[in-house]
Amino acid sequence: MNFETPDFLPVVPELFVLGMACLILVVDLFLSDRSRVVTYLMSQATLVGALVVTLGLSSPIAQVTMNGTFVLDPMATLLKSVVYIASFVAFLYAKDYLRARSLFKGEFFLLGLFAVLGMMVLISAHSMLTVYLGLELMSLSLYAMVALQRNSATASEAAMKYFILGAMASAMLLYGMSMLYGATGTLDLGELGARVQGAGPSSLVLVFGLVFLIVGIAFKLGAVPFHMWVPDVYHGAPTAVTLFVSSAPKLAAFAMLMRLLVDGLPGLHGHWQDMLILLAVLSVALGNVLAIAQANIKRLLAYSGISHVGFLLMGVLAGTPEGYAAGMYYAIAYVIMTLGGFGMVILMSRAGFEADRLEDYKGLNERSPWFALMMLILMFSMAGVPPFLGFWAKLAVLEAVVSIDLIWVAVVAVVFSVIGAFYYLRVVKYMYFDKPEDEHSLVAGSDLRFLLSANGLAVLGLGIFPGSLLALCASAIG
Amino acid sequence: MVALSDYLTVGAILFGLSMAGIFVNRKNVIILLMCIELMLLAVNINFIAFSYYLSDTAGQIFVFFILTVAAAEAAIGLAILVVLFRNRGTINVDELGTLKG
Amino acid sequence: MENLEAITLAIVLAPLFGSVIAGLFGGKIGRSGAHSVTILGVGIAFVLSLTLFLQALSGDIGSINQSIYTWMISDGIRFEIGFLIDRLSTMMMVVVTFVSLMVHIYTVGYMADDEHNWPDDSLAGKNSYQRFFSYISLFTFSMLMLVMSNNFLQLFFGWEAVGLVSYLLIGFWATRESAVYANLKAFLVNRVGDFGFILGIGAVLMYFNTLDYQAVFNTVEMHQDVTVSIWGDSEWSLITVICILLFIGAMGKSAQVPLHVWLPDSMEGPTPISALIHAATMVTAGIFMVARMSPLYELSETALSMILIIGAITAFFMGLLGLVQNDIKRVVAYSTLSQLGYMTVALGASAYAAGMFHLMTHAFFKALLFLGAGSVIIAMHHDQDMRNMGGLRKYMPITWITTLIGSLALIGAPFFSGFYSKDSIIEAVGHSQLPGSDIAYIAVLLGVFVTALYSFRMYFLVFHGKARMDEHTREHLHETPRVVTWPLILLAIPSVFAGALFVDSMAFGDFFREAIVVAPAHDTLGALAGDFHGWFTFGLHGFVTAPFWLAAAGVATAYLLYMKFTHVPTMLKEKFGWLYAILDRKYGFDDFYEWFFAGGSRGIGNALWRFGDVKLIDGLMINGSALAVGWFASVMRYVQSGYLYHYAFAMILGLLALFGLFVI
Repeated sequence: MNFETPDFLPVVPELFVLGMACLILVVDLFLSDRSRVVTYLMSQATLVGALVVTLGLSSPIAQVTMNGTFVLDPMATLLKSVVYIASFVAFLYAKDYLRARSLFKGEFFLLGLFAVLGMMVLISAHSMLTVYLGLELMSLSLYAMVALQRNSATASEAAMKYFILGAMASAMLLYGMSMLYGATGTLDLGELGARVQGAGPSSLVLVFGLVFLIVGIAFKLGAVPFHMWVPDVYHGAPTAVTLFVSSAPKLAAFAMLMRLLVDGLPGLHGHWQDMLILLAVLSVALGNVLAIAQANIKRLLAYSGISHVGFLLMGVLAGTPEGYAAGMYYAIAYVIMTLGGFGMVILMSRAGFEADRLEDYKGLNERSPWFALMMLILMFSMAGVPPFLGFWAKLAVLEAVVSIDLIWVAVVAVVFSVIGAFYYLRVVKYMYFDKPEDEHSLVAGSDLRFLLSANGLAVLGLGIFPGSLLALCASAIG
Repeated sequence: MVALSDYLTVGAILFGLSMAGIFVNRKNVIILLMCIELMLLAVNINFIAFSYYLSDTAGQIFVFFILTVAAAEAAIGLAILVVLFRNRGTINVDELGTLKG
Repeated sequence: MENLEAITLAIVLAPLFGSVIAGLFGGKIGRSGAHSVTILGVGIAFVLSLTLFLQALSGDIGSINQSIYTWMISDGIRFEIGFLIDRLSTMMMVVVTFVSLMVHIYTVGYMADDEHNWPDDSLAGKNSYQRFFSYISLFTFSMLMLVMSNNFLQLFFGWEAVGLVSYLLIGFWATRESAVYANLKAFLVNRVGDFGFILGIGAVLMYFNTLDYQAVFNTVEMHQDVTVSIWGDSEWSLITVICILLFIGAMGKSAQVPLHVWLPDSMEGPTPISALIHAATMVTAGIFMVARMSPLYELSETALSMILIIGAITAFFMGLLGLVQNDIKRVVAYSTLSQLGYMTVALGASAYAAGMFHLMTHAFFKALLFLGAGSVIIAMHHDQDMRNMGGLRKYMPITWITTLIGSLALIGAPFFSGFYSKDSIIEAVGHSQLPGSDIAYIAVLLGVFVTALYSFRMYFLVFHGKARMDEHTREHLHETPRVVTWPLILLAIPSVFAGALFVDSMAFGDFFREAIVVAPAHDTLGALAGDFHGWFTFGLHGFVTAPFWLAAAGVATAYLLYMKFTHVPTMLKEKFGWLYAILDRKYGFDDFYEWFFAGGSRGIGNALWRFGDVKLIDGLMINGSALAVGWFASVMRYVQSGYLYHYAFAMILGLLALFGLFVI
C-alpha cells in the first residue's frame, strides 16, 4: 500500500481558514475586552483573504483531491464566495449588537469561522464522510453560537431544541448513509452515483437510505415537516446569531442537497423528485400561512424563510441544469434578503430593546424614511414584487417547475405567495401608515448603516439587472 | 454464523428505540442526549456490519469519525444543558416550552 | 418662413413654462413671482399670436401646416404633434390669449384674499393663489394645443387637457361640497360627450387610416358614398356617423342640450375661470372643432340638420332659464348656454364663418360680463344673490358702464359687436334650406327677446333701483381695484368695435379662405353677401329689422317689470306657478339625470355591491379566504407547541410519511 501525497492546492482556502481560526483562537486569549476588536478585524480579514484565495483558485473544471473526498468545482467556488460575503456582512451587522449586550467576545467570531469552515467542507464534499464532517463542524458551531448569550433563558432553550433535533437529524442522515454504503459499498459520491445507476432505481435499500438522507437535508434547510426548530431558534437566539444562522448555512444546506442528491444519487431522481415536491409544497403553504399569525418579526422571518426553502426546493426538484441554477439563484437571493431583513432588526434594536415585535416597526417612515424605504424594498422583494430580486428568483424557480410540466406546483406556489404577501405588506403598512410607538432615534454605526443601505440597494439593483447573477449561477452549474 | 440481516435488525431496533425515546420521554433532557448517543451507536453497528461483509475498511473509518464527533457533540450538548439549567433551574423536557407558535 | 416653427412653439410653450414654474415652485417664488411669470408667459403668447394674426391678415403667410415631432409610428399610422396655422387658428389664438391675458391680470385682484375661501388648517389652501395661476396658464397651453393642432390626436389631447383643467378649476375650492359635486358632474357629463368624440376619431382612423386633418380632408370625397351598418341592417352614411359622433363630443364640451347640465353648476369655480373657460374659450372648443371639420360636415345634411335643431333648442330654452335665476353668475351662465346655441345654429346653417364671428365677439363681451359680475361679487364680499344688490351704479361706475356695454353687445344693439355677429347668424338661418331651419329661425328670433329680457333684468336688478344689501356691505361698497377694472375696460373696447371691424371680412367676406369649406348649395352667407353694403349701412338697417324690435321689447319689458312695477314678477310667479316651476327645475333635466342615470347606476352599483362585492367577493372570497387562512394559521400554531417531543414526533411522522408514500 503506497501513500500518495494528495494535491493540496484546492484545499488551500480551507487550510487558510482553519489556520487563521486557530491563530485567532490563540490571539484572542491574550486580548483584553477593550481590544477585542482585533479579533473581529482578524476574522473579517480571514473571510476577505479566503474570498481572494477561493477566487484565485477558481477554475472551470472540477478537481477532485484528498483521495476522492474533496472537490473544487465552479459551484463550490461560487457558493463559498457567497458564504464568505454573507458571513462578512453578518459579522459586521452583529458587531454593534454584540457590543451593546456584552457579547462582544472572541467566541462569536471563532465559532462563526469554524462554522464557515464546516460550510466550506460541506460545499466541497465529495464523499459522504466529508459531508458528515462538514455538516457536524458547522452544526456544532451553530449550536454553541445560539447558546452564546449565557444569561438568556430563551437562548438556552432554543439552543437545546436546536441541538437535540439537529443531532437527531444528523443521526438519521447517518443512518441513511449507512444504508447507501451497504447497498453500494462506497462512500465516494461520484462512485456512488455510478453504482446506483448500475443497481437500478428500484433497489429498496437505496430508496430506504434516500428517505433518511432527505430527512437530514430537509432538517438543515428547514423544510416542512422538519422545520419545527426554525422559528424557535430564530426567535430565541440573539438577533446577531439568528442573522448568521439564517444566512450562510442555508447555502451550505443547499450545497448538501446538491452534493448528495444531484452528484450522488442522480439515478434516484424520480424518487427524490416526488419527495421534494411534497416538502416544497408543504413548506410554501405552511410557511406562508403560519407567518401570517406571527407578531414577532424574527418568527415571521423564520416562517418566511421556510416558505423560501420551499421555492428553493422547487428549482432543484426539476432535475434540469436550469432548475439547479434557479435553485442556487434562489438560495443566494434568499441569503441577501434575509441578511437585510435581520440587519434591519439589528438596526432598530439597541441595548435593552430587541425591536423584534412587529409593532416596533410602526411609523418607521417618520423616524427614518431612508431605512423605511430599505425595509420596504426588502419586504417587497421577499413577497416577490417586481422589479426586486425576489421576483426574479421566484420567476426562475417557477419556470423550472413549469418546464417539467408540474404546473400545479407552480400554481400552488403562486397562490401561497399571494397569501404570503399579506404579512410582508403588513410590515410596510406599519412602517408607513401607523404612528410610531417608539420615538428613539436609531443608534447604529455608520458602517452598519452603509452596508445595510448597500444591502437594500443590492436587492433593488439585482432586481433591475437580474441577468448577471442568474448567468453566474447557470455557469456555476455548468 | 450471524447473518448481515441480524446485525441490521439489531441496528434498526436500537435506532427505533432511541427515536421513540426522544418523543416518549418527557422528563429529563439527559435521557434525550443518551438517546442521541444510542442512535449514533445504531448507525455504527450498521457501518461495521456492512464494512465487514463488504470487506471494505471505509465503513470502519467512518465509525471512528462518528465516535469522535459524537464525543464533541456530547460535550456541546452537556454544555448547553448546563447553561439551560443555570437559567431555568430545571432540565425537565416538559418545561422547555416557552418558545412556541 | 424659417422662424415660424420657433414662434408657434414659443406661443404654446410660454404659458406651459409659466404654469410649471408657478405650479411646482409656487411656494418658493411667492404670489408676485407666480403671477408675474404666468402673466409674462401668456403675454408673450398673446403678442406672438397677434403678430401671426396680423401677418395672416396681410397675407404674409398663407396657411401653414407642419408636423414638428413624431411621437410614434404604429402600424403605419403616424402619431404626431404638429401645427396648422391659418386664419381660423390664428383668430382663435388671439381670442384665447387675449382673454386669458385679461383674466390673468384680473385674477390678481380677484384672488387676492383667497385664503378666506379656505378653512384655516386646510393644506390645499396653502399656496392656492399660485396654484390658481398655474392652472389657468396650463389651460391656456392646452387650449392653444387644441386650436393649433393639425391632427385629431393632438386635438383630442387638447380637448381632454382643457377638460382636466376645467375640472380642476370648478373644484378649485375643494373644501366646498358643492364645488366637488359640480366638478364631478362636469366630469361625468363630459365623459358622455368624449365617448362619442373618441368613437368619431376612431371611425376616422379606421376608414381614413390617418389622423392628419389635411389627409382626411383630401380624401373625404372618396368616402362620400361609404356606408356602415351600426346595428341590424340599417345602413348609415359613414360621413354622417363620423360627424354625429364628433358633434356629440362638441355637445359635451360646448354644453348643448341635453349635455348642457354641467355648465351652470360649473359656476362653483372662481369667477375668472368662469369667464375664461366656461364662457369665452373652452366651451367654444366644440364650435371651433365643427368649423374646423367643415369639409366633413358639408357632406352630411343629416348631421347639419341635427346640429341646427339642437342649437336652436339650446339657444331658446336655455335663455328662458336665465329669467328665473337669482345668482348673478348663473344668469350669465345661462346666457352663455343660449349664445353657444346661437353659434351651433350657425354651424348647422353652414354659416361657419358667422359662427366663428359670433364666437369671437361673444368671447369678448361674455368675458366682460363675467368679469363685471366678478367685480360686483368682489364688492359684495362674495355674495352672488341679485336680490341683495341694486343701485350699484353709484358705487361702481366703471363696472357699471362696462357691464352695460357688455349687455348691449349681448342683446345685439346695433353697432355693438354682438349685433353684427348675431344678426348675420339670424339672417343665415333664415336663408337655410335644411330640414328644421324654419323652427330654428323662429327659435333664434324669439331668443333675441329672451336675451334682452334676462340681460336687462340682471342689469336693472344689480345697478339700478333700491340698494337692497345690508348696512355693513353698503358701507364698504366701492369700485374694485385697477387690476380688476383695467381688464374690464380693455375687454369693453373689442366688445364694441370688433363687430364693425370684422363683419365685412369675417361674416360676408372670404376671411377664413380655405380653412372653412362650404358647399355651394349650403352657402347661406354667400347669398346674404350680395345685400351687404358695409358695416355702417348694416348697422343702420339693423334698426328696422325684427331682431332689433324684439330686443327693444325685451329691454322695455325688463324695465317695466323690474324698475316700474316690481310687484308684477312676484304676481306672475304666483299666477303662472307651473311655468315658473318648470323653469326653476330647469325642465327637469337635472332631476331626470339624477333619477335615471345617477340613481339607476347607483341602484345597479348598489345591487352589485351588496351581492357581488359584499357577499361574493368581500364575504366569500376575500374575507372568507382570509378567515380560512387565519383559522388555519391559528390551528397550525398549536402544532408548533414549543415541546421538543412534539417536534421530534413531527419529524418522525414526516419520516414515516415519506416511507409510506414513496417506498412502500
